[in-house]
Amino acid sequence: MRLERRSNTPLMLVLTAPLLAVLAALVLGSGLIALADVNPFTAYGHLVDGAFGSRLAITETLTRATPLILTGLAAAVAFRAKLWNIGGEGQFYVGALMTAWLGHSIVTFLPAPLAIAVLIAAGMFVGALLLAGPAYLRLRFGVDEVVTTLLLNFVVLLFIGLMIEGPLRDPLAFGWPQSVPVDRDLRLPDLVERSRLHVGLLIAIAAAGIVWLVLARTVFGIESKAAGLNPSAAAFAGVSLPKTLMMTAFLSGGLAGLAGTIEVLGVTGNVTTTLSPGFGYSGIVVAMLAALHPAGVVVAAIFVATIFVGADAMARATGVPSFIADVIMSVSLLCMLVALLFTSYRIRR
Amino acid sequence: MTSETGKHVLELDGITIRFGSLVANDDVTIALEEGEVMALLGENGAGKTTLMNILFGHYTADEGEVRVFGKALPPGRPRAAIEAGVGMVHQHFTLAHNLSVLDNVMLGSEPLARLASRRSEARGKLLALSEQFGLPVDPKARVGDLSVGERQRVEILKALYRDARILILDEPTAVLAKPEAEQLFKTLRGMAANGLSIIFISHKLGEVMAGSDRVTVLRGGKVVAERATSDTNPAELAALMVGRQVTRPKRDAQAAGAPVVSAFNISVGPSDERALDDVSFEVRSGEVLGIVGVSGNGQAALGALLSGLKRPSAGQLTLAGDGPEPIDMAALAPRDLVKAGIGRVPEDRHAEGAVGELPVWENAILEQVTTDQFSARGFVRARAGQSHASELIERFDIRGAGPGTRTRLLSGGNMQKLILARVLAAGPRFILANQPTRGLDEGAIAAVHEHLLAARRDGKAILLISEELEEALALSDRVQAIVKGRLSDPIPAEEATPETIGLMMAGHWEVAAQSTSGEPTHAA
Repeated sequence: MRLERRSNTPLMLVLTAPLLAVLAALVLGSGLIALADVNPFTAYGHLVDGAFGSRLAITETLTRATPLILTGLAAAVAFRAKLWNIGGEGQFYVGALMTAWLGHSIVTFLPAPLAIAVLIAAGMFVGALLLAGPAYLRLRFGVDEVVTTLLLNFVVLLFIGLMIEGPLRDPLAFGWPQSVPVDRDLRLPDLVERSRLHVGLLIAIAAAGIVWLVLARTVFGIESKAAGLNPSAAAFAGVSLPKTLMMTAFLSGGLAGLAGTIEVLGVTGNVTTTLSPGFGYSGIVVAMLAALHPAGVVVAAIFVATIFVGADAMARATGVPSFIADVIMSVSLLCMLVALLFTSYRIRR
Repeated sequence: MTSETGKHVLELDGITIRFGSLVANDDVTIALEEGEVMALLGENGAGKTTLMNILFGHYTADEGEVRVFGKALPPGRPRAAIEAGVGMVHQHFTLAHNLSVLDNVMLGSEPLARLASRRSEARGKLLALSEQFGLPVDPKARVGDLSVGERQRVEILKALYRDARILILDEPTAVLAKPEAEQLFKTLRGMAANGLSIIFISHKLGEVMAGSDRVTVLRGGKVVAERATSDTNPAELAALMVGRQVTRPKRDAQAAGAPVVSAFNISVGPSDERALDDVSFEVRSGEVLGIVGVSGNGQAALGALLSGLKRPSAGQLTLAGDGPEPIDMAALAPRDLVKAGIGRVPEDRHAEGAVGELPVWENAILEQVTTDQFSARGFVRARAGQSHASELIERFDIRGAGPGTRTRLLSGGNMQKLILARVLAAGPRFILANQPTRGLDEGAIAAVHEHLLAARRDGKAILLISEELEEALALSDRVQAIVKGRLSDPIPAEEATPETIGLMMAGHWEVAAQSTSGEPTHAA
């Protein structure tokens, strides 16, 4: 038995691969649920109900999906160009912190729409900068960006802790470690009344559209695709590999930074060290489930949000620990990797 | 030593293997004697590596049999070959860099089920082998810290450690510097004197002459000749290797115009390890200058230099401009070269010519994607690109492709046509054609030749780098031989007989010059 490269990948296969991967993950997850002495069908019923069963549930799921779309895009953009950005979490946090700081102090004198634009730009910029460092180190010295971006996440998180216990601590929080709040006027308006869902969702979907446009229609898109797929052929045709890599890093880091900005402006209004339940890392899963396609990222982000939001409801109703969400997500990533293999290879006896 | 001298330790009997319609080995019969060093000589694609992979069990032959010490090997089982005493040293080493020499040698030879590892025993055996065959190594050294030559020694010891009596080396000098290569052949001689039988695969005439007792020449998957090394010479081997008959259509006579690209005393690489060493040439409009030579003699560096991927360390490379001042070509990046009228056909179409996963149209415009024709304000003009690609497909008869077809689905010949189309459509004044027909079938070769000759008729200057003598002589007005990074003086293609060229490719330029017409030919 051996693997043989497919000469062509049918579109159906590309579309069904993630579905099969998710299905396989749910089946494997049901084994664990059964171990907790709960009927998997009941448990999954609660899960779906918790994610979509009410107006509140739906808005909560979409609220959760919003930053995931952006971190998913960040990972997709980078991975397409073979830049292994594992630092989405750190880039998310620096974007968030920048937003809280500027939104509290500096830009409060600007008219609100302009101030929000400034905050978004600033959040994206610091996120981009945080990835530009590792990307430059890889170009200049060949330092593995997987290591640098991953470790920077922890550095950033400690830095956040330092800031919100120190210079950016909220004096009105009764000693609770949280940052100064963003000015009320600068918060993103709600999308649905009496819910946490905010216009950030639209921003995230627009970002997916823009990323798709950039990748599919611009010179940079073609060049970064070529550089990722076959660097020596791209270089032969005159594509500047360093320039492409740095631009990819800016785009990817900027998107992850934007996720942090949006989360602060739309949901919390301030930064704590628990602002992100792993949005940066989950973004990697989202990107892989989407086979790195921007449109797929939106769908995959909603799926991952569903699992997380629904798992909480499931835990309340059945007593199955909500950690099952992490298991399902991780297993679906593994299954997706296998599924991706079979979109480009087939088994031959 | 149970066998008498002259006994065949290894016999390949009537080996035939087909890949689709390609017959990679056609009824190949070879016998290796004990204590002999045999060279398996042939061009790329002649079937040398395939043959050795059959011997070693990586492929299963369609017909024929492999016998080691008189016993037939079961096909398709590398372990059987190892147990029978065949050791293979691959061109690309199969060593774990983070392990020690001893670990690498032992790796895979110990039964999994045993807990205790017999390290001290293994160490003793390794040192004894190293002593016996003159292959000094430090068992404790980390393989990652060793030089390439030392790593190769470890590879050889690995084979010997598994009690190999027959050693096969695939292009052993491909990765070695010259002194290391010379040392290797000394070692191989010593090992043969110690009773080992050796086959090494090569396409370098020099090392075949220096390092072997007997030469078997493969061409197009067939054994075309067997010679005792002492009874032959580089010229004969070169002619045997590339074939005599010149069958493809020749160019028409045509007067060359003014020089387009000129190189003056160009060197590439640091002074002790020069890929190109003080070479000069001139390519004129309406002519093809052929650079012939056995691969690995500096062609890659020459191609990279003219493609804008490498800069010369000394000398001048100029392109005739519109004005009186020539343009310094060495200062131009790939896209500036294309803009300046330099067309480039790379040596390896898969590695450098095209991005296989991209659609045909994106590859067709990749060199010029930043020009106004194909983009505006950073956006690709996809429609312009697609219609451009359709036009190329039509004009250059690229089969099995639409603009949106993934490029890797094209056959080699059609991919090469696409690359040629990309080059010719940009309206170049100079074309670098680096191994433009390597690996193509006859029909595709004819098409590529036809396009190159048409470009020549259009007055374009063409530099053809080729290992195929036939091709070089059919297309070129003048030829220069490349040997060890140096170029011979050019001679007119009409004066180049296979014997002359063979001598030139072996580096005997003076002899070649005398044998052509009695009077030495030199560039003015």
